[in-house]
Amino acid sequence: MTEAGTLHAPMKVEFDYTRSLGPTLSEFMTGLKRRQILGGVLSDGTIAVPPPEFDAETYEPITEMVPVQDEGVVQTWAWVPEPVPGQPLDRPFAFAHILLDGADRPLLHAVAVDSADQIETGLRVRAVWADEPVGAITDVRWFEPAGDAAATTPGQEGGEAVTGIISPVHLAYDFAASPEESKFFRGLAEGKILGQRCPTCGKVYVPPRGACPVDGVPTTTEVEVPDTGIVTTFCIVNVPFLGQKITPPYVSAYMLLDGADIAFLHLLLGVDPADVRMGMRVKAVWKPRDEWGTTIENISHFEPTGEPDADFETYKVHL
Amino acid sequence: MRDVAVVGFAQRQMKEFDGSPTCVELLVPIFAELFEQTGWTKSDIGFWCSGSSDYLAGRSFSFVSAVDAIGALPPVMESHVEMDAAWALYEAWVKIQTGLVDTALVYGFGKSSAGQLRRIMSLQMDPYTVTPLWADAVSIAAMQARSGLQGGAWDEEQMAAVVARSMSDATDNEHAIRAKATSVEDVLAQPVYADPLRRWDCAPVSDGAAAIVISAADAPAFDRLKSPAAWITGIEHRIEPGALSNRDLTVSTSTASAGAAVGVDGVDLAELHAPFSHQELILGSALGLGDDVRINPSGGALTANPMFTAGLNRIGEAARQIWAGSSQRALAHATSGPALQQNLVMTMEAR
Repeated sequence: MTEAGTLHAPMKVEFDYTRSLGPTLSEFMTGLKRRQILGGVLSDGTIAVPPPEFDAETYEPITEMVPVQDEGVVQTWAWVPEPVPGQPLDRPFAFAHILLDGADRPLLHAVAVDSADQIETGLRVRAVWADEPVGAITDVRWFEPAGDAAATTPGQEGGEAVTGIISPVHLAYDFAASPEESKFFRGLAEGKILGQRCPTCGKVYVPPRGACPVDGVPTTTEVEVPDTGIVTTFCIVNVPFLGQKITPPYVSAYMLLDGADIAFLHLLLGVDPADVRMGMRVKAVWKPRDEWGTTIENISHFEPTGEPDADFETYKVHL
Repeated sequence: MRDVAVVGFAQRQMKEFDGSPTCVELLVPIFAELFEQTGWTKSDIGFWCSGSSDYLAGRSFSFVSAVDAIGALPPVMESHVEMDAAWALYEAWVKIQTGLVDTALVYGFGKSSAGQLRRIMSLQMDPYTVTPLWADAVSIAAMQARSGLQGGAWDEEQMAAVVARSMSDATDNEHAIRAKATSVEDVLAQPVYADPLRRWDCAPVSDGAAAIVISAADAPAFDRLKSPAAWITGIEHRIEPGALSNRDLTVSTSTASAGAAVGVDGVDLAELHAPFSHQELILGSALGLGDDVRINPSGGALTANPMFTAGLNRIGEAARQIWAGSSQRALAHATSGPALQQNLVMTMEAR
């Protein structure tokens, strides 16, 4: 097997942030839902869009809101040649600071034009609204050069006030294992369990960690350990949860493999949870070889061997 | 005030780090290098402080895993900032001033190549009205650059001159990842990317880690120190409002006030953390640096910009110039947040 670099896998991290709104942004978002853009009146009488929640000079809440136009002028802009996921357009466009008619400070938003030579500072642009506004900054899909077409008519008054927004965040990564973890997973693909020994304290880490957390030195010596060991400590899972693969009750246990100094968490099956004990001898149960990959899941679970329990004195330092 | 000096600096910068998001594999040899430089051991370090962010590479609690690199038994005094490690150094400096500790090792790490950096950076914008648009870091900087270009605060040739000088100087920096003898004409011949920025106006996406050791003059271990000292004569940081529309993006009032508080008179060298070429021009003006001040002999962030360490590297690079005797009084600057929102200024001198 080649040792070309570390193991990589794509990883997605996703979370929909639910954010409640204070009075200022609540009014602003409620306006957007009615296709109306509101500016906040600052202590110096100028109007800012979006309204800040507090005045930068007096620190007082911004309470006075006034409608501004959904048309305005580009103040500065940047071309976006390679849009990233989530941006208002998935083809090249411009981000711009747009000074809306009736406002004194610019709004950051997108301008849809086909190329950078179709936009310039001073260009008049107009909001393109979503078909069904929900009360979010993305209710304005983007701005486009203002032609001669009629201005947008604000929607009807009424409806529920907007008190929160949901911001989905989807991030994509190329996730790499460390060189030591990569060796560990590649070993598993061949049915081997590989750890590493700290040159200073002599402890064997399974899985290996790259550095001994006690001594802060690289763990350089590779050690193969057998797939037998003992349960150090365990818990009986009685509570169902989302994504659970086994019907409770079942046992999650720390397995201390023979020759290793650090236990790791795995599943213990083939025994009544009531009969599980600290010091119980166990052995790995591997999946069929044709299902193996570079993953700890090659080991389906552990189960008791029936050998006599280990004496507490032999494993008390590993708890 | 206790006299505190920068007494050790080690770094790694690369285009793509083939390793874990915790960067433990980078930190272990960096710490070893620092112990070699200083002649100290782990037990001489009173406080450990790091700068990093889990968003960068998608590994939760990566700064906790990174503690493995220390060897934290017996337990160590440790802290973390979700900012460039230059701010971790500020925290460590304050901790030394309190008298609670005498020495500190400050480190930062980040694997930007694991994700799409300019997109991830939009998560630092206003979460209600800007982040939902995914206004990326390059676009924000490009809008800032155009504001200055059209207002006459700087021109394209000045930006190109920053790029050319940085890339040329970086040829002497083994850690730089964009280094090449380059002229202003070479830069201007490059195609425009995120109009008005060329790719070379933007720092390259970089991975890396770095660490610095600081010590009080009256630390018991100071007499055993093998390495030279760059004495900290001032360290200050300031922040501006988060909303971009609240700021004139063509100036940096936070840098100006931090610089004024520190005092930049007599500075002969400055390492400025400017991830975009025009930002170096903004910083130079804000600090009032004259033509006789040597700027970014390392090549600066335009030639390698590992997130969460590029600011700390400016401090390390400036300290190296003091140690080498090529600067008598050096300034280091670090930035954080969109479009130079927050800025830290530090001065050091030889004694």
